[in-house]
Amino acid sequence: MPTQCDEIAVLLPQVVDSAEPVALPVQRHVESCLRCQAELARYRRMLRGLQLLRTQYFEPTPGLLAGTLATITAAGERRAVTSVLTKKRLAYAGAVAGAVAAAGTTTVALVVARAKRRALPV
Amino acid sequence: MASDLGATGPADLADLVAAAREGDRGAFDEIVRRTYVDTYTLAVRLTATEEDARDVVQDAYLRAWKGIRRFRGDAQFSTWMYRITANTAATVSGKRRRQRTVHLDDVADPVETEVALHPELATENSELMVRLSAALDELPPRLRALVVLKDVYGLSHEDIAEELGISVAAAKVRLHRGRKRMRDLLYEEASHADAV
Repeated sequence: MPTQCDEIAVLLPQVVDSAEPVALPVQRHVESCLRCQAELARYRRMLRGLQLLRTQYFEPTPGLLAGTLATITAAGERRAVTSVLTKKRLAYAGAVAGAVAAAGTTTVALVVARAKRRALPV
Repeated sequence: MASDLGATGPADLADLVAAAREGDRGAFDEIVRRTYVDTYTLAVRLTATEEDARDVVQDAYLRAWKGIRRFRGDAQFSTWMYRITANTAATVSGKRRRQRTVHLDDVADPVETEVALHPELATENSELMVRLSAALDELPPRLRALVVLKDVYGLSHEDIAEELGISVAAAKVRLHRGRKRMRDLLYEEASHADAV
């Protein structure tokens, strides 16, 4: 195969589906070279065959559908449980924070009251 | 939320998708029933193993259910699902590659459902497709993903690059290499066999 054919053979996988612009010298060479035309025809046949693979389906393994639906359900349940736990945690943290705030307020009030009593003349 | 689409008979996939986007789990289950064979086939083509393909299908639909609200409907649902499947397969294959070797014997035989009507053409196509499937399985996973997604499923370079986490230029280079390797596997082996 002449050198030019080797160079063009490298380009053919790229230009075979015409998605990429083809340089004019390449186009002219292919038009006049039977070897390169044959090579291009191989790529085109391969691409047509690959497109046909789209019409073939693999038989899914038994239980795949049920397993897939169960996976989605389980994830939903986990998310619901996580959501409930998060809410419970928030409620617990709120209650603790409220209790701490109440205790703090009471302490401050007691300290203030005691200070006032001490400040009163006997 | 319960589905009210089943009560009125088979619904259009677009209607099911619209209902699923509103949180209708029954509608989503119906989408899974209608599309899982197609998704499984893509998963087998991408991973080349039955076991990995099962994991990919389950993960892909889980991701789809979680992200269905983000599906804008400006592309076909099937294209959106292919993208999710490609992304999931890349993740699963990456994990598996580090764990164990691939067993090609695990892969189920394909079932042809829509192959050409003319008997001679069907035979010729069947033979070609068997060879193509075998050649695809021979490709390294990174090249195989490009050939499958672009040449079999018709995804754009941009979509493929985004789902595989690579640049568009890298996607084009991998496709180029994948096609060249496929050509060598298909025709050089054949010419070698003829010579023998």
